[in-house]
Amino acid sequence: MDFDIKNIREDFPILKKQINGKKLIYFDNAATSQTPNCVIDSISDYYKNYNSNIHRGVHSLSEEATEAYEDSREKIREHFNAKHKEEIIFTSGTTHSINIVSNGFVKLIGEGDEIIVSGLEHHSNIVPWQMMCEKNNAKLNVIPINDDGELDLDEFKKIVSKKTKIVFLNHVSNALGIINPIEAIIKLSHENGAYVLIDGAQSAAHFKIDLQYLDIDFFTASAHKLCGPTGIGFLYGKKELLNKIQPLMGGGEMISDVTFEKTLYADLPYKFEAGTPNISGVIAFGVAIDYLNKIGFNNIEKYELELLDYATSKLKKIDGLKIYGDVKNKTSVISFNIIGIHSYDIGSILDKYGVAVRTGQHCAQPIMDYFNIPGTVRVSLSFLNTFDEIDTLCEALLKAKSMLS
Amino acid sequence: MTIENLKQNLIQDFSFFEDWTQRYEYMIELSKGLEKMDEQMKNDKNIIKGCQSKVWLHAELNEGKIKFLADSEAIITRGIIAILLTIFNNRTPKEIIESDTNFIEKIGLKEHLSPNRANGLYSMIKQIKFYAIAFSKK
Repeated sequence: MDFDIKNIREDFPILKKQINGKKLIYFDNAATSQTPNCVIDSISDYYKNYNSNIHRGVHSLSEEATEAYEDSREKIREHFNAKHKEEIIFTSGTTHSINIVSNGFVKLIGEGDEIIVSGLEHHSNIVPWQMMCEKNNAKLNVIPINDDGELDLDEFKKIVSKKTKIVFLNHVSNALGIINPIEAIIKLSHENGAYVLIDGAQSAAHFKIDLQYLDIDFFTASAHKLCGPTGIGFLYGKKELLNKIQPLMGGGEMISDVTFEKTLYADLPYKFEAGTPNISGVIAFGVAIDYLNKIGFNNIEKYELELLDYATSKLKKIDGLKIYGDVKNKTSVISFNIIGIHSYDIGSILDKYGVAVRTGQHCAQPIMDYFNIPGTVRVSLSFLNTFDEIDTLCEALLKAKSMLS
Repeated sequence: MTIENLKQNLIQDFSFFEDWTQRYEYMIELSKGLEKMDEQMKNDKNIIKGCQSKVWLHAELNEGKIKFLADSEAIITRGIIAILLTIFNNRTPKEIIESDTNFIEKIGLKEHLSPNRANGLYSMIKQIKFYAIAFSKK
């Protein structure tokens, strides 16, 4: 299919919105992506036509809802190339997924064991592991980053050992957009008998991911970064590993037999899906994946990298502008500062021009500490953006700069 | 001048501005006149949790009036501090407690008042009021 940006933008009603009297320019795609009509419609269609609880009722409506819910699981399995459908667990998002894995390993990790996280992590990725290590007297090691913001693989080789039980990192850093060398890290981890959890929150929207080919043990992503609704995501785990770990939550749907003495957990994936799930969210997630595949991930990747190149070279022409993590292997995210001006001030002025960017620490304080800065301005581009919008950004930045310096 | 007079003056000053650029430029100008805060006072005790740009607020009671010193890393936030201190600095706890903050809306800065805004204006006002209540009990 041809990539027709004008037609694609028509699918997104929010792009017609005006902010402060200006046309919205949305450059905060890494925080959440915008939602196309087909996804919005699928949610209202569910509530209008087949709203019903799943997996329980014998009636037709419940069957219809169950089928749509399970179809979505299959779509996600297929897209990410998991081996089995039951390896896809629906969660409220990546934070929930990470908590399932860290909690799942509580009984499998003991004193003297080690866990490794990357120095590029999001807060939500660090906290559950810190809690687990505290509980179990295990040690938390960090893969350091270099001056370009890349993970230092040589350092990783030094800290990974037979004591390492889990290694855990984001596929793409949310603050800088750098694509991490997960293939090398997975290989080294497996050689030492450690499992790897990859947070795909910032990668899944930008290129296609093959879970079996990459031999990933656990993987998670959120729908709202993939043109889907908020509050829904998934956890992938290899079947034998998901069978090994304990569930995070108890409740309906996740049990097969309950007496007061003992509860038998249900089979995968229901063991991890306690309670009535976000049914419309799951269905809409599947519709979003279909939508992205219709546009084509090859097209998306190619177009986004063109935007990235264009924006990077234009921004570099602005005097005093410094880009963090300006490396070759990255997604369409640019994190920068204009020397002497606080990112918050820049973001406030850009907003007045209708340009939405993220400013601050991006929930990644360790990275900001490393660069010794209070924060950055983050422009995160998606296939919905245009070259004209980047021109407007640069003009607005120049105006902000002259006002603020 | 009463606290109400000061507010009226401020509202009048801002009423001359035609658009946001003039308002912002004025705030940036005001930020430059902010009384310098001692670096030692910029400590964790005085920090106001506001996520994005750090804001410090120090208060002390001087002959029945509260003396505030405040600063921020961000210039627009400093402008907002300057506005707040124009109104609330060197006032008695009673005056501060009884004073409302409707003037923020009237000078066109309502957008900064939402608790979601990370400039801390909302938290700053809350903290100023807390100090006033605390000092009123002394």
